[in-house]
Amino acid sequence: MKKIFAVLVICLLSACASDNTQQSSDVEDHSYGREGEGTKGDAGSGGFGMNPLQDPNNILSHRSVYFDFDSYTVKGEYRDLILAHAAYLRDNTNAQVLLQGNTDERGSREYNLALGQRRANSVRDVLLLSGARDQQVEAVSLGEEKPRALGNDESAWAENRRTDILYQGEY
Amino acid sequence: MRNFLFCTSVLVLLWVSTPLQAALNIEIFGGGGNKIPIAVAPFNGERGLSQNISAIVSADLERTGLFKLIDATGLISQEPDQIRYLDWQSRGASALVVGSVSMLPDGRADIRFRLLDIVKQVQLTGFSGAVTSEQLRAFAHRVADIVYETLTGEPGVFSTRIAFIKKQGNRYALQVSDYDGFNARSLIEYTEPIISPAWSPDGGRIAYTSFEKKKPVVYVQVLATRERKAVANFKGSNSAPVWSPDGSKLAVVLTLHGGSQIYLINADGSGLQRISQSPGIDTEPSFSPDGRWLMFTSDRGGSPQIYRMPVSGGTAERLTFEGDYNVSPRYSTDGKRFVYIHRNAGRFSVAVQDLSTRQMQLLTDSNFDESPSFSPNNRMILYTTEIGGRGILSIVSSDGQVKSRLSRETGNIRGAVWGPLLKQ
Repeated sequence: MKKIFAVLVICLLSACASDNTQQSSDVEDHSYGREGEGTKGDAGSGGFGMNPLQDPNNILSHRSVYFDFDSYTVKGEYRDLILAHAAYLRDNTNAQVLLQGNTDERGSREYNLALGQRRANSVRDVLLLSGARDQQVEAVSLGEEKPRALGNDESAWAENRRTDILYQGEY
Repeated sequence: MRNFLFCTSVLVLLWVSTPLQAALNIEIFGGGGNKIPIAVAPFNGERGLSQNISAIVSADLERTGLFKLIDATGLISQEPDQIRYLDWQSRGASALVVGSVSMLPDGRADIRFRLLDIVKQVQLTGFSGAVTSEQLRAFAHRVADIVYETLTGEPGVFSTRIAFIKKQGNRYALQVSDYDGFNARSLIEYTEPIISPAWSPDGGRIAYTSFEKKKPVVYVQVLATRERKAVANFKGSNSAPVWSPDGSKLAVVLTLHGGSQIYLINADGSGLQRISQSPGIDTEPSFSPDGRWLMFTSDRGGSPQIYRMPVSGGTAERLTFEGDYNVSPRYSTDGKRFVYIHRNAGRFSVAVQDLSTRQMQLLTDSNFDESPSFSPNNRMILYTTEIGGRGILSIVSSDGQVKSRLSRETGNIRGAVWGPLLKQ
């Protein structure tokens, strides 16, 4: 009985994975990209009942869109990724995403905040054109304030020229 | 705190023999040749104090760029009738500060100071006060204010405060300190970034941008009660707050309609009104002191440059043309100039532009300077400069001639902004 209930819960979660992602995972941090790899317990369902947002084999588990220096144009290589999230949002009307734009650390903090906003807006625009609704998407900027890479060289800066897609419960 | 002399301790004005206007007959405008040569003699008895009063006074005066500090080595503070004016004159001093300290039975220090005109051999002003050890720095700054005001005829700013963000490890603290970085205390601390603190004109509140909600939100916090309120928490990003000169409104940057644009809101968060209308980025607003203009950074011309437009709306006028990166403008408190960050050959330096002549002057040659703002009397500019990977509080005189670093401690300082001069 307990097993049936557990499976039911997992199925429910995967069907409307939105604000319950944190409870469904035994990891409470924001490392959503790696979460699936270590997930245990639902091995019996063979990934079938897995939250597609966290399934490392699912494109939806990919959440970062990178940009060229001084650019906010979404590169072609991220088209499939963003379209997959747009489709997910279209099919899961309760799901919501926060798009956080980031920049490298050179220049004015406030101007960088505005540049990061552009990178978030670019991803939002593709999402909205591809099926997501306005109330499901919030585009914000972290500017240069939350660098993922801390180095002072081009590879670190490139890592930080980025928009992250976070679902409700992941931020 | 800054009024302590007048409310928490005894203040006796002594021997004011000459009115303030009868200051030294020295031209203070211009370069190095026109500095006021002043000597600050060690105060008798100050060695026993936790703070070196004469050193604080000297540093205050020197940072303005208006004074040439004469070496006082070997000479001491003397009573007026014993002062050997010729000794000081031969060292090139035109003015002399002397003082003495005696300890009171209750543990406070009774400090007397006099400012003397070496050429005329008269006392210009002086006073005494009894202060606790915590009040010593404030007392020294007050001495410097009086010397400065007596000799230049304009208000001193050594008793004003500054605000900045200090990052230490993963913690971000919004701090308020004396203008020279001493006596810092945290207003708020977070594990998420804080940027862009802005003083209300009455010095009682600070607006800032916090990322504690995983997005930038603008808060206003009351210094006395630490009570705070989110005043701009709209969908998208909320940042770059500055106060209107009457303190009733804030200019903020929002992304409600896509890109970053400038809006006005009432200080309580009501009455949203869009000001700038551009398809690009408009950010970092700064009010002119008369409240009629907003200066800001915009990339509407293809690169970030500084513009100004009427607060009532209308056409924006471009102000910077040299280089392809000019950002972070702040008006001087007289509205005649603005200070900003200019990028040249990969270096981010402090620059100032005169609004009437449109002449720009580079004041620093550092690699990475940030967030410049004028002192209330416009004689100095506070900014942070990066040294060894961390931000250091710094002051440059408005003529670019005197630069001083203020930070002594660990931690990474950014977002420094000079607070207002409060009426006493």
